Amino acid sequence: MIELKTITSIAIRAIKANKMRSSLTSLGIIIGVAAVIVMLAIGNGAQVSIQKDMKSMGSNLMMIRSGSSTSSGARGGRGSLPTMKAGDGDAIQEKISKIKLAAPVLEQTNQIVYGNANWATSTTGTDNRYFQIKEWELDYGRNFSESDVKNAAKVTILGKTVVTELFGDVDPIGKTIRIKGMPFTVIGVLDKRGENGMGHDQDDVVFIPITTAQKKIIGITFPDQVNMVMLQAVDSEATYSSQEEITQLLRQRHNLGENKDNDFIIMNMTQMQEMMESSTQIMTILLGSIASISLLVGGIGIMNIMLVSVTERTREIGIRMAIGAKAWDIRWQFLMESIVLSLIGGLAGIITGLLGVQIMKTITTFTLIIDWAYVIIPFVFSGIVGVLFGFYPAYKASLLNPINALRYE
Amino acid sequence: MSLIKLENIKKSYPLGDEMLEILKGISLEINAGEFVAIMGPSGSGKSTLMNILGCLDKPTSGRYFLDNKEVGTLENDDLATIRNQKIGFVFQGFNLLSRTSALENVELPMVYAGVPDFERHKKAIKALKAVGLEKRMDHQPNQLSGGQQQRVAIARALVNEAPIIFADEPTGNLDTKTSIEVMELFTKFNKELGRTIILVTHEEDIAMYADRIIKVVDGEILSDTRNKK
Ligand SMILES: Nc1ncnc2c1ncn2[C@@H]1O[C@H](COP(=O)(O)OP(=O)(O)O)[C@@H](O)[C@H]1O
Ligand SMILES: [Mg+2]
Repeated sequence: MIELKTITSIAIRAIKANKMRSSLTSLGIIIGVAAVIVMLAIGNGAQVSIQKDMKSMGSNLMMIRSGSSTSSGARGGRGSLPTMKAGDGDAIQEKISKIKLAAPVLEQTNQIVYGNANWATSTTGTDNRYFQIKEWELDYGRNFSESDVKNAAKVTILGKTVVTELFGDVDPIGKTIRIKGMPFTVIGVLDKRGENGMGHDQDDVVFIPITTAQKKIIGITFPDQVNMVMLQAVDSEATYSSQEEITQLLRQRHNLGENKDNDFIIMNMTQMQEMMESSTQIMTILLGSIASISLLVGGIGIMNIMLVSVTERTREIGIRMAIGAKAWDIRWQFLMESIVLSLIGGLAGIITGLLGVQIMKTITTFTLIIDWAYVIIPFVFSGIVGVLFGFYPAYKASLLNPINALRYE
Repeated sequence: MSLIKLENIKKSYPLGDEMLEILKGISLEINAGEFVAIMGPSGSGKSTLMNILGCLDKPTSGRYFLDNKEVGTLENDDLATIRNQKIGFVFQGFNLLSRTSALENVELPMVYAGVPDFERHKKAIKALKAVGLEKRMDHQPNQLSGGQQQRVAIARALVNEAPIIFADEPTGNLDTKTSIEVMELFTKFNKELGRTIILVTHEEDIAMYADRIIKVVDGEILSDTRNKK
């Protein structure tokens, strides 16, 4: 049996002898591998950024908003009259064991002023449970105290973006900012969260105690009004199974008669997250599969050229056979040629793919994330393509009859 | 014991619906160390006979013993091994690998014999020296004259120390002067190295280099005579 080293050098020589043709043949594999890498990086990026979003949204999350809904599902939306109270959240947290935390949320966009600097941002009235649900730590300063909330104190915790916009390099703790003209003392600054998947800057926010928001900043139409209540269930199963109990409790608290629709909507964010996650997974698989087709097409290109090459080199095959090459010696020779072609294409494809990912990163807003497994897999795949599509031409070559092959013009 | 023994070898090729019999029952024996010329007019079946002798082709019927071993019924891979180990070929059209140096062409039989690199080089250089081409080792066939190419082919046939060399019209593409050079090489390897040489030719003066002349006409042996030089 002929040595691997010798077969490889024969293959490389044959590839070099037809440089133009070899590169054009490899091009199919290059494009295929590069496409798979870019597509998987897009899919992977989408998946990772959704997972990151989910983490920053909080796990096992539910939200309750005002709006009419029936037992069969939601009917109205944000446009309907406000009905939710902070007390609803407290009651849910207290009475329903499957719910761990309930944070009230009352929001409005306001102009914030510090000295000469001013900045329009979302003012969110809530309490410390909000940060617990979102697992959002303070960078420095302190949280809201019990008395801050009880007394509707004019204190505020800022997101990093607001700090940068208003204070620059100055330490904001203890400084006074004005929200709707009212002075608030900065007590804390939150860790940086960055953008979420929708490109929304999560650090562009100002937090104040819920009571302060209700009484002093945001005009409310009934006592204890909130925009929504954010809930954290004990586990993801509880986000589904607690809904019935929550509905009963809220219907009772809102005094809804037998034949009245719900005046609130429970949104299960966990379900949404799960759906989004599985749909990005499907997207990744789909993108990868579509790109793999181009790899297959590249393989067919290799087979085509190898068939031509076997025909062109019939005489060479005859000479080799006359001199003592066995069927497998001939098979290996052509198989190795197509494997080397494919692997060269695979390597060039990796380089092209990684470049493509960098280019996509700079010219689009997609999140592309390279997972090394997703680089190795298409490369290995290109090798497999080389074997699969190289085998038939190699097999055909080995079946030649030496006399006919020698006589071939 | 004879090196080659044919018993009533027949070979037919299909022609339309019928079979055309090219070899019509050839029996002969050749001993180790002989220098034999197979002569006959064009189309008489010399090459067909030589292909069977050279294990490139299988007879339709009859028995062929090479080195006391029946080879007419062997599998292709086993025939390949025999060609590699026991037989060297020299063809009319040289049949060297293009874009491949003389040295690498000569190394080729040893590549398939699994001889290691270093030894391959050494032996190939030696064989090229024996045909007087050591200065052209790195030349590719298209940089060599016809006579030089045929000498590379002869070196290739010698290199694996195969006991038998088959040469089918080795001078057919060469001028008189280089033909003489080539035939002198064959004579030298027959006499000095004891290689068995079986030469196919239709030219009388080429056949005269051999010690024994077998005349084939129309697929049959017409005569088998010692050549008295
Ligand atoms: N593969 C083949 N198929 C059909 N006919 C063949 C084949 N090979 C040789 N022949 C025929 O056999 C006859 C003898 O050919 P060949 O042995 O080459 O003669 P020579 O070498 O004596 O000139 C020719 O008529 C040729 O056409
Ligand atoms: Mg002939």
